[in-house]
Amino acid sequence: MARTRVRLTFPTALIQEPIVYRLVKDFDIVINIRRADVTADHGWMALELEGDEGALERGVKWLRDRGVQVDPLERDVIVP
Amino acid sequence: MEKLNGLRCRECGRHYPAAPVHVCEFCFGPLEVDYHYDALKGVVTRESIAAGPPSMWRYRDLLPIEGDAAVGHHVGFTPLIRAKNLADELGCREVWVKNDSVCHPTWSFKDRVVAVAVTKALEFGFDTVACASTGNLANSVAAHAAEGRLKSYIFIPADLEQGKILGTLVYSPTLVAVHGTYDEVNRLCSEIADKYRWAFVNVNFRPYYSEGSKSYGFEIIEQLGWRTPGHIVVPCAGGSLITKIWKAIKELKTLGLLEGPVRTKMHAAQALGCGPIVTMIKNDTDVLVPVRPNTIAKSLAIGNPADGYYAYKTTKESGGSGEHATDEEIIEGMLLLARTEGIFTETAGGVTVAAAKKLIERGVIPRDESIVICVTGNGLKTPDALQDRLQTHAKIKPSLSAFDRALAELKSQTS
Repeated sequence: MARTRVRLTFPTALIQEPIVYRLVKDFDIVINIRRADVTADHGWMALELEGDEGALERGVKWLRDRGVQVDPLERDVIVP
Repeated sequence: MEKLNGLRCRECGRHYPAAPVHVCEFCFGPLEVDYHYDALKGVVTRESIAAGPPSMWRYRDLLPIEGDAAVGHHVGFTPLIRAKNLADELGCREVWVKNDSVCHPTWSFKDRVVAVAVTKALEFGFDTVACASTGNLANSVAAHAAEGRLKSYIFIPADLEQGKILGTLVYSPTLVAVHGTYDEVNRLCSEIADKYRWAFVNVNFRPYYSEGSKSYGFEIIEQLGWRTPGHIVVPCAGGSLITKIWKAIKELKTLGLLEGPVRTKMHAAQALGCGPIVTMIKNDTDVLVPVRPNTIAKSLAIGNPADGYYAYKTTKESGGSGEHATDEEIIEGMLLLARTEGIFTETAGGVTVAAAKKLIERGVIPRDESIVICVTGNGLKTPDALQDRLQTHAKIKPSLSAFDRALAELKSQTS
């Protein structure tokens, strides 16, 4: 099993969709939400994902394809 | 004197012993260095600071190192210039420029944070430092690692222009160019920082590294005779610098070193093409919406700043504000500073000058109050930003008569 920590940022259009549920259900990823702020028009979550490595890769790709921004907890590691 | 009280989570307040860690294991909030201020009271005085070296290390007791600086002995204590010509142009009474474009050794304020991070890396027994950077940070990490006899790994996106990496390669780091989208490169660097036991300066060393920025704030206050200015306009990329200048002012207040009360309002300056922090300030929301940078101000191009929320909070708490600058205004800002004060700053400085000008014109910064404009990097590193804007005024044959004619023509153009 592999683990990764990510920060998800949701655009307004996805706020009403059960994104995290789909991540668990479709990719068999265990999630642990540590901090989050979700309102009617924006949202972010800091969470830990646990699953086999391929599932994590596919899950992160699916999130990005859906329009969710997936960053490391540190967000922009590359700095000027 | 036991000055360090380990690390503390900025969100949940949980304490951790001093270690190379940066994230709270419980809430994933960022960790920050905590000090025993009671132990520092009466020990750190104006006199003890003045007796220190003419560098950032005169504030060593307020920086998170246990012993003496191991590298970067001449970093900081850069000029705070009374900018009378610029003040005249802006129609203001008192304008100062804190000029880190001449910070030793790599010409940007990044030397302050890196000198602390590398010293701390040596204290923790690391033999390798690393960073992912497209500019000033890479220069500084490579230079300080060389001085400290440490191995260094610098990660860059593979499409970075050759001209930008020479100022890093010259110090003999190991430079790794990573193919992929920005997000892929960014994620890989985070994973590398997690896997290898290296001092990744802006990841696992971030709590220590970022404290180096406080020295910029300490210097402003000491150079103003321990009084706080009315306004400080700060360029924002990751958002750390503005929060640390504010922290520096609050620490000096806690230690009773200030002349009079704190009256400073902190203002954030960002490019319009990458201004998520200023957007928060203008919309008065604590929600940061990440952006894709699209600006000539490459040295501020962080679309999802880790300290964006804290930068916003700093402007709120101090009663300050924020302003965007367009690319055109950034160039104008660079030229204005060069024309009036003889200082060639990088685009980030152009952002700050332009934002300050707009805040003054909007009446947010009153013209009769003291203003400090933060210049954090040197224009000679990225002259291409001005490539299309500046040109030779006359090209002549090597004869006096040719020069006479050219001079007459130039004078007629300007009269």
